Amino acid sequence: MSYVRLVDVTKRFGEVTAVNKLNLEIAKGECFSMLGPSGCGKTTTLRMVAGFEDLDDGEIHVGERLLSSKKKGYYLPPEKRDFGMVFQAFAVWPHLSIYENVAFPLRIRKLPSAEIDSRTKTALKATNLLDVAKKSPEDLSGGGKQRVALARALAINPDVMLLDEPLSSLDPHLREEMRFEIKDLQRQFGFSIIYVTHDQAEAMALSDRILVMKLGVVQQIDTPMNIYRRPANKFVFSFIGLHNFLEVERKEGAYRLLAGEALDKNLTPPQDLATEARLTLASRPSEIDFVDDGGISGRVIRKSFLGEFVDYQITVGEQTVRVQKGRRTQGPEKDENCRLQLLHPVWYKVDE
Amino acid sequence: MSPTSPTSSAIKKDSGFGAAQIILTLSIGILVVVVAVPVLLIFLNAFWDNNNDFNLAAVVKVLSEPDTYQALLNSIIIACGTTLGSTAVGTFFAWLVTRTDLPYKKFMKGMFLVPFMLPSFIGALAWKMLLSPRAGYINRFFMDTLGFDNPIFNIYSYAGIVMVEIMYLFPFVFIQVCGALEHMDPTLEESARISGAGLGTITRKITIPLVLPSILSGALLIMLYSMAHFGTVAVLGIENGIFNIPTLIYEKIHQSAGSFESIRTGTVLASVLVITAAFIIWMQNKILGKGRYQIIAGKSFRPMELKLRGLRIPLLIFCLAYIGFTIVLPTAVIFLVGALPTYGLPFTLENLSLENYKFILFDFKVTRDAIFNSVTLGLAAALITMFAGVMISYVIVKMKVRGKGILEFLGMLPFSVPGSVIALGVILAWSGKFGINLYNTVWIILVAYIARYMAFSLKANSAALEQVHDSLVEAARACGATMWQALRDIVLPLVRPGMLAAFFLIFLPSLRELTVSIMLYAPTTRTIGVAIYTLNEDGETVRSAAMAGVALILIIVGQTLINRFTAKHKR
Ligand SMILES: Nc1ncnc2c1ncn2[C@@H]1O[C@H](COP(=O)(O)OP(=O)(O)O)[C@@H](O)[C@H]1O
Ligand SMILES: [Mg+2]
Repeated sequence: MSYVRLVDVTKRFGEVTAVNKLNLEIAKGECFSMLGPSGCGKTTTLRMVAGFEDLDDGEIHVGERLLSSKKKGYYLPPEKRDFGMVFQAFAVWPHLSIYENVAFPLRIRKLPSAEIDSRTKTALKATNLLDVAKKSPEDLSGGGKQRVALARALAINPDVMLLDEPLSSLDPHLREEMRFEIKDLQRQFGFSIIYVTHDQAEAMALSDRILVMKLGVVQQIDTPMNIYRRPANKFVFSFIGLHNFLEVERKEGAYRLLAGEALDKNLTPPQDLATEARLTLASRPSEIDFVDDGGISGRVIRKSFLGEFVDYQITVGEQTVRVQKGRRTQGPEKDENCRLQLLHPVWYKVDE
Repeated sequence: MSPTSPTSSAIKKDSGFGAAQIILTLSIGILVVVVAVPVLLIFLNAFWDNNNDFNLAAVVKVLSEPDTYQALLNSIIIACGTTLGSTAVGTFFAWLVTRTDLPYKKFMKGMFLVPFMLPSFIGALAWKMLLSPRAGYINRFFMDTLGFDNPIFNIYSYAGIVMVEIMYLFPFVFIQVCGALEHMDPTLEESARISGAGLGTITRKITIPLVLPSILSGALLIMLYSMAHFGTVAVLGIENGIFNIPTLIYEKIHQSAGSFESIRTGTVLASVLVITAAFIIWMQNKILGKGRYQIIAGKSFRPMELKLRGLRIPLLIFCLAYIGFTIVLPTAVIFLVGALPTYGLPFTLENLSLENYKFILFDFKVTRDAIFNSVTLGLAAALITMFAGVMISYVIVKMKVRGKGILEFLGMLPFSVPGSVIALGVILAWSGKFGINLYNTVWIILVAYIARYMAFSLKANSAALEQVHDSLVEAARACGATMWQALRDIVLPLVRPGMLAAFFLIFLPSLRELTVSIMLYAPTTRTIGVAIYTLNEDGETVRSAAMAGVALILIIVGQTLINRFTAKHKR
């Protein structure tokens, strides 16, 4: 089933371990994202798959083919891997027309000219570039250039498409539009995608599965829904969206806020954590309700209107909690007391 | 910002209409006096005859005289040969040090830039000592020791001149192409690679076309330089009757002590140079303006490297041999010949001494004067040109005043006026025609230096000023500073690096200047370059070499100090 396989893949740059013992299996036709803050090793991983970087350990396979192996000292050069790849900075060639940019991989493969023409046109059509094919890519906007890059990657009809932050140089509204275009192209051509991004919304919108990475180490590989609902650790929780971390401690058999009041009876950690002296209670600002009784008591120290939302800063004991509610929701005013109910809290060890 | 917005007009009003106008007038005045009048006089002398009639036929007649015609042709032959050769050499080495796994690339890159420092006429002198047909050491070695009947190479030839010029000019292309290759977004090449292209194909179809504008712009620079270049042709060509435009101008002016006919020929040739130079610069701006692609990456890691494999060591040896042959060997010969009692003796230990060096540094008035003249002229020219340049650039880049267009046009002039033209122009302008006669004084050389190096100062200063965004000044004004305070406290500190760069860009080259000073010197106003050249002309080869050695040491020490200094200031 698995098509692209990374086994124990490791890459070091001097002292820095950019990627550490990465194991990964990606299915044919899957859209797989690598998500993480800048510098966590996403690009390095992608470049190892593409063949631009050698490995310091491990192997990479695609289907039956071995691509890279440290142990065997074998590296198939990038030009023989038959991937499509799109870079953040577009990397379209300004001295060639749009048509020639897209035809380039086909010309390199010395296909018959009729086939080059038809396949180039197919790729151009799929990316809505057929009308401007004779122009220079310099005449296009950022979004247009990225379309040329996509068309060029599509031209050889690759099984695997590697995309390294392809949308992060674009305007926000264009970025959302292009997400759907990429998804459409995948449906149309059926390639697998390995998509690198630091934008969690982008990863969520596109992917079948997401890998979250930190300092070269995998944190979690799961579906977008699970990543959002059940982040494997505090890092993933905080990276995936707005978050509150409340420290709680165990006193006289029950958990209470650090130097504060006791928690609701029904707010208890899962079995395996129930013996810890201290825990972190994680919640999202949008998943907290104001209630009349129960919950934990707090005091509003700042209330700001953000258009769609109202954003509250609330102190509970010695800690602060951020709450976001729709603008129509009735909520307390600044300096008023209130009670908060955490809707889907997740428990973590303090140092996890 | 819209020009009608109330704030901008308010700024203009209280900044003082008078001050802006004064600065503008002063700037225009400097450029007119220093550059425009001399060039204008050249054109006037060339195209208008004694009766003040426009006379194109006379110009054609001058140009069709055999020796002028031949000089024109020679300039073109030499410039084309030099340009083609330097472009090939420069591009190849640039590619080698940026795109392959050649060993010791950093060192190589530094060495390939050394010829920038070496004055090409000193190089020409060295090659004359090595390869002149009868006396050159290499030729003699082949004839005396190996028994060849004929010299293996005659440096007094087109090939010799072109070869020497290539050696000292190729860095113009090298540095441009290196810059382009180093800053080029590596993903441009990587996307070709993932598209299935091998490194050879990528180099041919992607890399070279993308850096072509840089290659061409460097090539045109060399063309410009070589057309108007005096030193190499003077040292190597005159022996065999090979003249180019600058050497013929020099010959005409010097031989005939300023007769009308010779001045006329000189001005016609100078006009040809100016027009050609202007054309080359226009071409270059066109290429740079339109053809330069946005290939610069934001961040760039190491670009792909071609594995040279079996060629790695042979190419390393080739590079080292090239460096040894073009840099180490000529430099060594200069110092060694400078240590001989007479030219032609073998370099044995008992023949070598520091006598000549002692003589030219302490006893010989001509060379001592020359060193003093060059250093003071260099300092004065660098200081004056630096301040004038920053003022003129400020008007061009930052000020919004009427009449700026004239200044922008005048500001382009210094770039397209070659040294020998400037020299001829200042002779016409400052020999009493306007009541001031500076001829045969150091002042005429100073005026010519200012004109010659104004382009450097304008370039460095406007680059620095373009970095100073208008909002910085506006912010200072908003904080209550007057225009002058904003200039002093905000703009000046920010452009100081540009001014320093201009100073050094002028001071160092002026230490080795030859083209201008050779036309303007009098017995007591020789410069270092003139001293070396005339000693060599007078057959004092060993003293000439010793003086050249001293000049090389001065230049190298100066350059090292400056590198130190600028490195410290960057940090
Ligand atoms: N060619 C290289 N040389 C040295 N260090 C590198 C190189 N490429 C990446 N790194 C380092 O490896 C780490 C991971 O980089 P990268 O994969 O580019 O991160 P990401 O794409 O997730 O932002 C960073 O610390 C980066 O500085
Ligand atoms: Mg990256």
